Amino acid sequence: MRFAAKYLGDYKKEAILAPLFKMLEAIFELLVPLVMARIIDVGIASENRGYIATMCGVLVLLAVVGLVVAITAQYFSARAAIYAAGKIREDVFFHIGTFSRGRLEEMGTATLVTRITNDVNQVQNGMNMFLRLFLRSPFIVFGAMLMAALVDLTSALVFCVVIPLLGLVVYLVMKSTLPKYRQIQIQLEKVLLRVSENLEGVRVIRAFRVENRQKKEFARDTNELMNRQIGAGKIQALLNPVTYTLINLGIAGILWISGGAIQTGRLSQGEAVALVNYMSQILVELIKLANLILLLTRAMASAGRLEDILKTAGDERSYKEDTVCEDGELAIEARDLCFSYMGGRDTALTDVSFSLGEGQMLGIIGGTGSGKSSLVRLLRHAYDRTGGELLLWGRDVNSYRDEDMVKFIGHVPQKANLLAGTIRYNLLTAKKDATEEEMWQALEWAQAREIVEHKEHQLDEPVLKNASNYSGGQKQRLTIARALIKKPRLLILDDSASALDMLTERKLRQTLLSLPWKPTIVLISQRASSVMSADRILVLEDGHVAGFGTNEELLEDCEIYRQIYSTQFGKEAVDAE
Amino acid sequence: MQNKASDKRNETAKKVMGLLRPYSGFLLLSLLCALGTVVTTLLIPILSGKAIDHMTGQGKVDFPGLVLVLKQIAVVAAGTFIFQLIMNRINNYITYSVTRNLRQQAFEKLLVQPVAVIDRESHGDIVSRIVTDADSFSDGLLLGFTQLFTGIMTIIGTIGFMLQIRVSIALVVILLTPVSLKVAKFIAGRSYRMFSAQSRDRGELTEFLQERITLSDLVNQLGYREKTREEFLEKNRTLTESAMKATFYSSLTNPSTRFINALIYAAVGVAGSLVAIAGGITVGQLSSFLGYAREYARPFNEITGVVTEMQNAMACAQRLFAIIESKPVENGTEHLPEKVEGKVEMRHVDFSYDPQVKLIRDLSFTARPGETVAIVGPTGAGKSTIINLLMRFYDVNAGEVRVEGRDIRELDRASLRSRYGMVLQETFLFSGTIRENLMLGKPKATEEEMVAAAKAAHAHSFIRRLPKGYDTYLAPEGGSLSQGQKQLLCIARLMLALPDMLILDEATSSIDTRTEIRIQDAFHKMMKGRTTFIVAHRLQTIRDADLILYMEQGRVLEQGTHRQLLEKNGYYAKLYRSQFVTEGA
Repeated sequence: MRFAAKYLGDYKKEAILAPLFKMLEAIFELLVPLVMARIIDVGIASENRGYIATMCGVLVLLAVVGLVVAITAQYFSARAAIYAAGKIREDVFFHIGTFSRGRLEEMGTATLVTRITNDVNQVQNGMNMFLRLFLRSPFIVFGAMLMAALVDLTSALVFCVVIPLLGLVVYLVMKSTLPKYRQIQIQLEKVLLRVSENLEGVRVIRAFRVENRQKKEFARDTNELMNRQIGAGKIQALLNPVTYTLINLGIAGILWISGGAIQTGRLSQGEAVALVNYMSQILVELIKLANLILLLTRAMASAGRLEDILKTAGDERSYKEDTVCEDGELAIEARDLCFSYMGGRDTALTDVSFSLGEGQMLGIIGGTGSGKSSLVRLLRHAYDRTGGELLLWGRDVNSYRDEDMVKFIGHVPQKANLLAGTIRYNLLTAKKDATEEEMWQALEWAQAREIVEHKEHQLDEPVLKNASNYSGGQKQRLTIARALIKKPRLLILDDSASALDMLTERKLRQTLLSLPWKPTIVLISQRASSVMSADRILVLEDGHVAGFGTNEELLEDCEIYRQIYSTQFGKEAVDAE
Repeated sequence: MQNKASDKRNETAKKVMGLLRPYSGFLLLSLLCALGTVVTTLLIPILSGKAIDHMTGQGKVDFPGLVLVLKQIAVVAAGTFIFQLIMNRINNYITYSVTRNLRQQAFEKLLVQPVAVIDRESHGDIVSRIVTDADSFSDGLLLGFTQLFTGIMTIIGTIGFMLQIRVSIALVVILLTPVSLKVAKFIAGRSYRMFSAQSRDRGELTEFLQERITLSDLVNQLGYREKTREEFLEKNRTLTESAMKATFYSSLTNPSTRFINALIYAAVGVAGSLVAIAGGITVGQLSSFLGYAREYARPFNEITGVVTEMQNAMACAQRLFAIIESKPVENGTEHLPEKVEGKVEMRHVDFSYDPQVKLIRDLSFTARPGETVAIVGPTGAGKSTIINLLMRFYDVNAGEVRVEGRDIRELDRASLRSRYGMVLQETFLFSGTIRENLMLGKPKATEEEMVAAAKAAHAHSFIRRLPKGYDTYLAPEGGSLSQGQKQLLCIARLMLALPDMLILDEATSSIDTRTEIRIQDAFHKMMKGRTTFIVAHRLQTIRDADLILYMEQGRVLEQGTHRQLLEKNGYYAKLYRSQFVTEGA
């Protein structure tokens, strides 16, 4: 509730005007039975046709004013709800933008997307209906009671019994269905995940012919969803019947009391009609309300989920104040660096120490799961290290702001990825003021010039979602070009040439070594040939440093490096060195 | 234009009726309950009118008559309760079942859609259809059931009751009815289009969110967060505006119909009073009339509300039907024998993804049973395309692919694919336990078989170190496993399934050379006697292949054995030598 109120606060004018106009509308509606009572008691009793015609004119006037007021109210409530929802989407999305890599992995992207789309939608509908009805309805209900009291105080007692009972029913139904709607949302997310997985994994599903299994799992998930929906619906289904029953009994009560009052002459027949009218007005109002409670309960469940996201601290990493430059010579220095992933049983890196001078190239090699990628992640502070020290140009990595990191580091991830758009668009993402010339230059460095040159639209060649219209190798080279275009001081290539053929890779490596601004380069690879020409090579094995030095040094005294080397070049090559 | 749109809407409505057919028994019961609800609800104004007539003035109250009427009211109220409760529950059941069925049908269609279609379509949009649109559809349908039936019946019932009391006053109401309907229809027609626009804009935003959130890490690394925000703001603004239009326009129905109803109420008041003065009806009967005039208002409000909601639901249903009715992939009927020899041929195959850009032209080769065919060449040469054709993820444009001497287009796809096992460069693991992922190709495998396969793929040791070993639950997209680890799992998955023919598309590209060498033994054992297609960069691994195809820009420029191709001293030889030249040496 507070959540929605906060956002509606930005549209205060609309959010106040909407219910205000709704109330005006309600006032005009409440006047109608009174006018009718006058028609019966005065017009019919005295057979005054002129009076009846006048009162009819009053009724039409009330209707016209009611229409104008109602449309105004609808406009303001729609405006407040929809623009507030737009703002919620914005805030949630921006907040997600601050999530660190670790946080994103933990939460999963599928659920985040549903929250921004589906949940915000529910909240929007909820707010809209709230503005339209939740103030109007009590107003009508209590207004009707007040009017009834004005007509006859004793009869109003019936209202005093019926209205709290109705309130209780509404409250109980909302309270018991709210948790059920949360459950429904959770299940809906499972369904979403299932669908998107089946799209991404279409080849694997077809190849292993597990269509039936997928079908069964989806059926199970959707059945569960249905069961939960029906479960919540069961309670919801009580609302209308109970309301009807209470009101009808209330009408009976009013008639009973009116009977006595008319007998004693305290009440007129027209007034009795007005009282019944007020009771049924409450009914009409509450039935409308009941239909919306469903919406509101859901909206509240969704608002809770959105709040959860906004409350999640997006960035759990720590920052340190450190501006002292210890040593200008070294670009990277690691001392007893340790790291383990949240919830991981094993440490990913243990006591890793090495250093690299400015403008030099570091090759990192090691088996699958040896900690190569983890090391890179620490280098760009995607995670907090667990222990030891890691300095970048003499400063603790934790002391750089992310914006600086972006400026200094060009990182090519293991899994190449481009944004949907065009090639030009992707290059501009890295350097927004890049010239045509700079783009071609970057493409050339990345051995990607020919890819683009062969395209019909050159730099404006479209890139589809997940860059599905490019092969793995093309994606990798374009991704490298993107990293090079901003001429970063530190270039990190995380096994990012794996899909390139040897010839292209070699050309690429040569280019990297002769880049005009002489960046410091960290190159991760599985292949000895890729790292052997590096100034320093770090050999990792199960998160430990197995060796650190030049190619020659390592061939001399690092058994693991020798093995890697020989598997690629043959035993003779090792001996020959 | 107008007609076309309404035709399409009618067609959608017809299809929705089709979905409801299996529930016709429940629908009938729901209708009966609706009838019961309406009749009992409409009896209340009559009864309270009668009660009013039992109290015409001071000292003239007929108490025994009043008590009798009040008892009747109690009975009728109980009737309303029961009918309404049963109706609501049935409607819930029907709606949620139909929505589930719709989701399942759409999903099942995804499983048989051509891969080409899935590659082409926006995944975010499909997801949004099956999740969000189906939900909106269900909301509309439920509202339709609970309010449309009772609404229509209330209108009919009200008119019936009114006619019974006084024909002339009833005529006033009936004559004004079409105005109400006209207004509602006009607004509904307009809002349908606006709802479609809103759906479209929402789909676009969803698509954008999916990309940017999935690639959030990348966006941050690029320093592209600000720009992403700007792009988001633009899309968000478009959606907000179309949502505003759709919502405001559709919300006009309620005040408009209420206005018409207020007019009707006034007309009934005047006409009724005049008739009452003339002595045609009693005050009690006038009260019943007024009660009806009010009750009469509600169903119109509801129906029009429902109609706009239904427009939205129909727009959503239409998007789901579009999936359900899309053409499934064509399937042959022939089955391959249990055990295939593994003879695979391509004959004069032409293929391209985009008709404008020719890719593979006149490709022919033969893989004899048990042979290993390696496909090499620079990136983008079309190597993976061959895999797409072999597995029949895509169909050839000309020529044919034959397995065991039969055109694969005549074969049942499942029968064809069941003979292949594949490991692709793009690893894909399901969110689920490692065990479930490994058993994918052989659900009945024993624990020992599974562990043996994992050991052979050198995945056992890292799996064992995970928090829950083989029962570790993998988050979507493989969670925090490295590319190499994911690839090892894919290899283990293949080794467990072990079909007659193998496809290895850069199967070891993310695995370090030492592990790769260790796996080689297992690979060799596996490939023995099995026709195998390998796409590889490291030429060392394919030296022993029986046939090497060298490809460039979609064309096979050279084919032969390693020895033959080296002797030829062409492209392949050049590529091969480049790999063994070390810069330092």
